[in-house]
Amino acid sequence: MISANLSAIFYLISGVLFILALRGLSSPETSRQGNFFGIIGMVIAITVTFLSIGNFSSGFAYVLIFLLIGGLIGAFIAYKIPMTAMPELVAGFHSLVGLAAVFVAISAFLNPEAFNLGSPGYIKLGSLIEMSIGAVVGAITFSGSIIAFLKLQGIMSGSPITFKGQHLLNALILISILVVTYLLCSTQSSNLFWILLAISLLIGFLLIIPIGGADMPVVISMLNSYSGWAAAGIGFTLENTALIITGALVGSSGAILSYIMCKGMNRSFFNVILGGFGATDQSPSSGSKEQKPVKSGNAEDAAFLMKNASSVIIVPGYGMAVAQAQHALREMVDTLKKNDIKVSYAIHPVAGRMPGHMNVLLAEANVPYDEVFELEEINNDFANADVAFVIGANDVTNPAAKTDPQNPIYGMPVLDVEKCKSVLFVKRGLSPGYAGIDNDLFYKENTLMLFADAKKMTENITKNL
Amino acid sequence: MEIDPFIFRLSIFILSIFIGYYVVWSVTPSLHTPLMSVTNAISSVIIVGAIIAGLAGNSENIFNTSSVFGFLAISLAAINIFGGFLVTQRMLAMYKKKRKDK
Repeated sequence: MISANLSAIFYLISGVLFILALRGLSSPETSRQGNFFGIIGMVIAITVTFLSIGNFSSGFAYVLIFLLIGGLIGAFIAYKIPMTAMPELVAGFHSLVGLAAVFVAISAFLNPEAFNLGSPGYIKLGSLIEMSIGAVVGAITFSGSIIAFLKLQGIMSGSPITFKGQHLLNALILISILVVTYLLCSTQSSNLFWILLAISLLIGFLLIIPIGGADMPVVISMLNSYSGWAAAGIGFTLENTALIITGALVGSSGAILSYIMCKGMNRSFFNVILGGFGATDQSPSSGSKEQKPVKSGNAEDAAFLMKNASSVIIVPGYGMAVAQAQHALREMVDTLKKNDIKVSYAIHPVAGRMPGHMNVLLAEANVPYDEVFELEEINNDFANADVAFVIGANDVTNPAAKTDPQNPIYGMPVLDVEKCKSVLFVKRGLSPGYAGIDNDLFYKENTLMLFADAKKMTENITKNL
Repeated sequence: MEIDPFIFRLSIFILSIFIGYYVVWSVTPSLHTPLMSVTNAISSVIIVGAIIAGLAGNSENIFNTSSVFGFLAISLAAINIFGGFLVTQRMLAMYKKKRKDK
């Protein structure tokens, strides 16, 4: 058994190691080392907890068993999961953090002596408030992440679910959470604690259902942030520095990512959270535009254009992930490079279903990360490039975002693909993207539409090169 | 008058938010997905609370209501810790620079 002061020092050390873990992610070279720091920090935190309890009774064996069960499941998932399913995985993990926070709060409420918080019915007021915050945010994270998971997995429709009085209902529930928390703190009634958990689960569910599939990058980041605040709430209850530091880090990390994603769509955070965007009701202009002529081609045409180009920019999007076309794409690019054609990749901040999703998929297909560029880095290069190859992206290339103030995505930063000499647009049909709007790019003079499955089309182009 | 220890914890919390703010802005956008999976892993340090809860039962009665929640939370957090760090490692191992011979 080690003293409380010594264990506090060790918790501080693991908190610092967690900061270094995030710091390592500033470049791919240092990132692996960063992850290692994170693991060390976790090992220290767990070991110190065991030592500070010092009770190696039969309960200890069960702790190890449950730890091992969870660890095996986690390791199995980590090795099996395909990279295209990362958004679902992360949403699933968020729900687990939320649920763990709820469970810890429950056991602290039922057995406050174990945590030095007083006795049942006489829990210290400060601890009870902290506990309630942890439990409420944890429950919201849990149920919200479950919905996000179901939407990403396709089990639940990605289109927003809205109904009349939705915002009013949500507001009432949020107010009732505050009221119940207040009553809980004044009466210490365990019934109120369960009610508090139930309404928190409900609001988590209601908050996410109106948000559409294309806004999932914001939702995932936001839930990431929530899971951090939940951990911090529990950290205050347990008076644990490692947990407080981590909670603050994760909370601010998720908040920043949400901000970056919102900026990538030129929408305010509240606009996204209130939901309803990308509903299936069609924009009025789409009917008239359908008749415009579209140039379509086949793999040979595309191969011909690319063979004669000296530089090609690839614009990947969520469709590439769905079609699992990243490996086929890399093979095509390899062939192009053999012909001395310069190839780079342009990634929009909100491409895919979570921040950085496309980068991971390209990395998986062995695309070197120094050929992959962010929007600001590469947008000026489109004017000098010969071919833009748009695969699975749509709204992020729509020039209407720059020219048409009536357009719902007006003002969103987009990739200037239309400035290329020619644009190859791989798509299954002319259907609009997630934002539910038509893409002017389809009808441009220099655009050649390639109607096919992204993977098959890419493979065919490679054959024709 | 003595300062409540809560204030010290609050100070740590606030300062950590600022550290988080600056550290996360310096994360390169191409690593945002690993950032999310690693934050998942580290926020599961909540396992510390779960272990305390799990071991709180006395030796005759290891599984009382409170410690059962603790044990369940241990498993949930462990899934995240192992899953989070390992999947992050798997992703980071894929990020490679251009080969020089090309």
